[in-house]
Amino acid sequence: MLELIEQFNVLGAFWLNIRLAAVSFVLALVLGTVVAVLRLAPVGVLNWFGSTYVTLLRNTPLTLIIVFANLGLWAQLGLEFVPRDRPNFILENNFWLAVLGLTVYHAAFICEAIRSGVNTVPVGQAEASRSIGLTFPQSLREVILPQAFRGAITPIGNVLIALIKNTTVAVAIGNREIAYAMRNMIEFRPDAGLLIFLLVAIGFVALTLPVGLLTSWLSTRLAVKR
Amino acid sequence: MRNTTFRLAAAASVAALVLSACGGDGEGETTDEGDGNGAATEDTGAAEGDGEGITIGIKFDQPGLGLMEGETPTGMDVDVAKAVAEELGYSEDQITWRESPSGQREDLLESGQVDMIFATYSITDERKQRVQFAGPYFVAGQDLLVPSDSDISGPDDMGDAILCSVTGSTSAARVNEEYGVALQEYGTYSECMEAMSSGVITAMTTDDTILAGFAAQEDYAGEFKVVGNTFSEELYGVGLPKESEQCEEINEIIAGLWEDGTMDQIVEDNLGAADYTPNAELNPPEPGGHCG
Repeated sequence: MLELIEQFNVLGAFWLNIRLAAVSFVLALVLGTVVAVLRLAPVGVLNWFGSTYVTLLRNTPLTLIIVFANLGLWAQLGLEFVPRDRPNFILENNFWLAVLGLTVYHAAFICEAIRSGVNTVPVGQAEASRSIGLTFPQSLREVILPQAFRGAITPIGNVLIALIKNTTVAVAIGNREIAYAMRNMIEFRPDAGLLIFLLVAIGFVALTLPVGLLTSWLSTRLAVKR
Repeated sequence: MRNTTFRLAAAASVAALVLSACGGDGEGETTDEGDGNGAATEDTGAAEGDGEGITIGIKFDQPGLGLMEGETPTGMDVDVAKAVAEELGYSEDQITWRESPSGQREDLLESGQVDMIFATYSITDERKQRVQFAGPYFVAGQDLLVPSDSDISGPDDMGDAILCSVTGSTSAARVNEEYGVALQEYGTYSECMEAMSSGVITAMTTDDTILAGFAAQEDYAGEFKVVGNTFSEELYGVGLPKESEQCEEINEIIAGLWEDGTMDQIVEDNLGAADYTPNAELNPPEPGGHCG
């Protein structure tokens, strides 16, 4: 097992999964919050935009989104995140294309998680904030969202776990993460057999288990006492 | 109560006998006989041994080599498989075709889901630990596919141009290790072709046979050419399970196919449209040495 890990740079591959997940999660959290605000806003057009975004992105297969980021946005439209003359141009550009795909896809789920959090906030809170003269943005920022986030920790944690596992889709455009290492192991070490799957599975359990534990702990710890 | 059980059992065994009596030639009836336990089932199982077919694993997605078009498989590997099966005594309608993607080939053979594999299956020492190979029936080599007007002559010649290949393939690994070329990897060669036709990627690399198959496709007629300067030797073998005893027999069949010109015809039929000619120094290969 150790020689497999060394030969195929398994640790480096998992590190790329972690980087993809971390960057995409932060960006998806921001974008997801924005979309959630659109869906909550008292403006019809914004509502429509928010719900169209969620419906469209949530129901498109992630592989399709990521392959489109590469073949559509890069190959056809020339979207490049890093300068052409960088020695690892392809790898770096594909990293950001994958981040783009993962972000827009998971932002739809984050948005829905936050909306479920908003539903945990009693209507009285919004009414009270209106009655003391706060505008909609103010009441959202000061009253609703802080409580909503605390109520949404568990569903957001679920999205993060799904996101970590979904980073393996990035291999579709040539990111050298663990699914890439796995394909190479299957191709070049057919003698290793099931050990390969075991190795990858253990790695993912090690990555996602702490996230699950952390979110359960946080969700009880930060729960709004009512 | 006891009486009823006995009657049911009697009825079931009669039904089994009737079914087995008329189930001599087809396979459809055999599943029904599972209910009627006893000697009747075993008898029919043995009686059906003579009319068996053969299951052959091929690629379903490689034009010119192994491509499933509706119900009909086409390509060089398919034609070689048909010729070999015929010599082994199987007519074409006794062959069941099964898709065997690269990563699953050893498993398919070991678990007995296929009897043999013709799927651009290069003979390597690692694979020989789990399966045996008859052949080689053909020697291909890694090469480049470039636009028709390009003057790139090999991987050293790429400059800043981007090369494309498939994740987890020998070709991609070789380019990565031995040549410092910018390499875009996708899941399939079709995606490489897509990116190539938009111009952002300049060349694609894998076995010259596969490249010729893509270049010969009608959609890309005249757009791309195979450079014709191979930098590896891929010995295509017939994958067989370890316990198979047909290996030596297939070697002789393959040698015969080259001698009587069948192989040349097969290559011409399938890859001729791309002006592809097999490397004359390495073909015809000497089958044998990879059994057991």
